[in-house]
Amino acid sequence: MNDIIKVENLVKKFGELVAVDNISFTVAMGEIFGFLGPNGAGKTTTINILCTLAKPTSGQASIDGFDVVHQQKQVRQLIGLVFQDPSLDERLSGLQNLRFHAMVYNVPASVSEQRIKQVLTMTELWDRRNNEVRTYSGGMKRRLEMARGLLHHPKVLFLDEPTLGLDPQTRNRLWEYILELQQSEGTTIFLTTHYMDEATKANRIAIIDYGKIVALDTPERLKEIVGKDIISVKTDDNNRAIEEIKLRYQIEARHDSDGLTFEIANGEEFIPSFIKEFGTKILSISLRRPTLDDVFLKLTGRAIREEEVRDSFKAMVRQYGRRMRR
Amino acid sequence: MSFLRGIYIIWYRDLLRFWHDKMRMGTMMMFPLLFLFIFGSGLSKSMGLLGGGVDFVQFMYPGIIGMTVLMSSFMGATSVVWDREFGFLKEVLVAPINRASVAIGKTLGSATIALIQGLIILILAPVIGVSLPGWTVIKLLPLMFLLAACLGSLGVLLATRIRSMEAFQTLMPILTFPMIFLSGVFFPMEGLPVWMNVLVKLNPATYGITPIRQVVLGTSEGTYFGITLFGHTLSLWQDVVILAAFGVTMLILAMWSFSKQE
Repeated sequence: MNDIIKVENLVKKFGELVAVDNISFTVAMGEIFGFLGPNGAGKTTTINILCTLAKPTSGQASIDGFDVVHQQKQVRQLIGLVFQDPSLDERLSGLQNLRFHAMVYNVPASVSEQRIKQVLTMTELWDRRNNEVRTYSGGMKRRLEMARGLLHHPKVLFLDEPTLGLDPQTRNRLWEYILELQQSEGTTIFLTTHYMDEATKANRIAIIDYGKIVALDTPERLKEIVGKDIISVKTDDNNRAIEEIKLRYQIEARHDSDGLTFEIANGEEFIPSFIKEFGTKILSISLRRPTLDDVFLKLTGRAIREEEVRDSFKAMVRQYGRRMRR
Repeated sequence: MSFLRGIYIIWYRDLLRFWHDKMRMGTMMMFPLLFLFIFGSGLSKSMGLLGGGVDFVQFMYPGIIGMTVLMSSFMGATSVVWDREFGFLKEVLVAPINRASVAIGKTLGSATIALIQGLIILILAPVIGVSLPGWTVIKLLPLMFLLAACLGSLGVLLATRIRSMEAFQTLMPILTFPMIFLSGVFFPMEGLPVWMNVLVKLNPATYGITPIRQVVLGTSEGTYFGITLFGHTLSLWQDVVILAAFGVTMLILAMWSFSKQE
């Protein structure tokens, strides 16, 4: 397989803070590659370096053989970007934003109008093309950015938290576009996310925490790190149940929100005998397959979800501040 | 070729935005009109006739043309700060166009818009009692554009250097008002206190406003309302050369500064 993105020993420091701590990885042509990690883990910094917006402190990165520091112009022509924060000209119409983009990326005039129509239709914005962008909803803006990112048929499309703050319907629709694009154009997609279900759609995932890659593999293989099934039990005496599980099966169970969980191989076969043998009274029991949440928890000792509520609040405050200033 | 394309695209976007934002056109015009009619009419009685038989409103009129052009261009160029705030700057920064060409495009875009606004003020000439033959207007256009482009490049330079919106908004009036007051828009440059005289002559805007005044009022070049440096009254061409030198310096710095943006 051809590697289109190559990153070697990349480091980015902001003063004392090491945002990206000596990471190396490659992304194959046509692959969907996901960066998964909590906010502040170094995802956006890595993207900024790859798309020439920031210079690395040390280390190397190249896209399609072009160095991101020394061959910026070639790199910029090859890539498309959908940023975490909006980057549209709100005073211009959707159509004008796309025309600007087409001109900047030197899309030949003979094909640009037709392509603009195609991407606007795909993102269902064709009817609103002549409205100023500031009248669009959040989801529409994000879709327009997606349309813009695709307009010049980039070889690599960077999506930085592409669906942050979008409703589930729009998220699903966006993912349909992304997958379709990968299929039809063979576009390589590099995305960052802290939504686990989104990361599952990637061919390979790098889990990043405190600037370091702690694991890199396909979602299925990553889940094998946890390996076993996860069983959640509610009993009338959880402390006694933990003791009993330890004695009977030599398994360390953990307290959960309102019960306890533990991991075991072949959970389905385990449950019937467990119910029959268990001394403490069981109120409910459930089994699930490991998710990337569990993988992250296992690798870093923290849950990724805890940070999410705080982030969305921060994003809200930021949005509000902007509106006030306007 | 791709350099020129970059300039053109950025210039074109600025004009497109201006066209969309017709309110801005209106509000930007209010300020000079207020000065011209209220300030001018109020003071013109007490000021009497100035050199060359011009009254105060007539004296101030070319200054107001210059002020309009200067403010509009400076403000326009600083919209880079807004673009950063609202994220659009990122789209420009990752684009495969030369950064230096973006700085030039921005300067020219602001200057073009400033020129359009200056032209609107020119239409008022008959009301003020100034006759503007076509030939005068043709001579005025390059002078106005030069002043606009010079201040535009200063604006771009500042906008690339100052990151915080708040700092920027505080700085703007601190910069623009002294620049306007000390450029001879509102009073002739004769008999000023020494310290003020020095500031007026250090102010680049002075070298843009003076030639505009001389052309509009048709005072023979370098006699009335000219700039005297070291006992020598500068000709219109010398003013232009000084202003252009300042503008080119600012533009080069702006191009360099824009290329350094992260």
